[in-house]
Amino acid sequence: MKKTASMGLFAAVAIILGYIETLLPIFTGIPGVKLGLANLVAVFLLYTYSWKEAAAVSVIRILVIGFLFGNLFSILFSLAGAAVSLASMALLKKVSGISAAGVSIAGGVSHNLGQILVAAAVLENRNLLLYYFPALLIAGLVTGLLIGILSAEVLKRTAGRKSI
Amino acid sequence: MKKKDLILAGAVLAAAFLCWLVPRALGIFGSTPDAQLVITVNKAEYGRYDLSKDQVIRIGETNVCEIRDGEVNMIEADCPDKLCMHQGPAKEQGQTIVCLPNQVILEIVGNAQEDQIDSMVQ
Repeated sequence: MKKTASMGLFAAVAIILGYIETLLPIFTGIPGVKLGLANLVAVFLLYTYSWKEAAAVSVIRILVIGFLFGNLFSILFSLAGAAVSLASMALLKKVSGISAAGVSIAGGVSHNLGQILVAAAVLENRNLLLYYFPALLIAGLVTGLLIGILSAEVLKRTAGRKSI
Repeated sequence: MKKKDLILAGAVLAAAFLCWLVPRALGIFGSTPDAQLVITVNKAEYGRYDLSKDQVIRIGETNVCEIRDGEVNMIEADCPDKLCMHQGPAKEQGQTIVCLPNQVILEIVGNAQEDQIDSMVQ
């Protein structure tokens, strides 16, 4: 029961972070690039619980944010990005010598790659993939690093406490 | 940040640089004379337009793009996010403007990329 309540809280935090992100006027000119604040929750859950909890909360967050602010397209894209991102983060976390920053960088980069792959598949356009690839790699690196540093700080300050 | 984090970040940077450099070195992207705008809607070609001629092109019911001074911009879209309208301008070969919800792609191609036969000798 306590875990269910915690997960509900984490989902709420993720949804709020996702909402805050829609308010931030960050525009890079590259479609689909965003800060990924909600990924903070995913990284946190990955370290405190496991990938299962992180995945469950991510799916809830994407569905709620998608129905509130997006459309079916944005939900599918977010799900694709989140799935690839979580998988690579969970794998990389097992590698010794990689901290939350590195895990989060992998998450950011793979999230963007997952999305551009889906976009290229939907539109059946290869040049599109090639053209946005470098920009999306850099964007994933920068946003992933920022979220990773934030996550590391949150993890440090909540160390030893599973439920907050 | 640990050492392996930095290696990972470095690897991503290197990959991004390579992905940027290689298509340009191969001439897939870059500026070309007499470039053309190809509009694709729902995976089917909608039309080809010369970049040298200023015009406003209506794309079905959903989008409007404009060619001015050799640059393409999406100036109208009925989708909610309007990402395509902020993407431009596109002027170099390989550059694209995409309206994903309407499945509209504006793509700049060089004339060499066209699959047309200039002449044939028998």
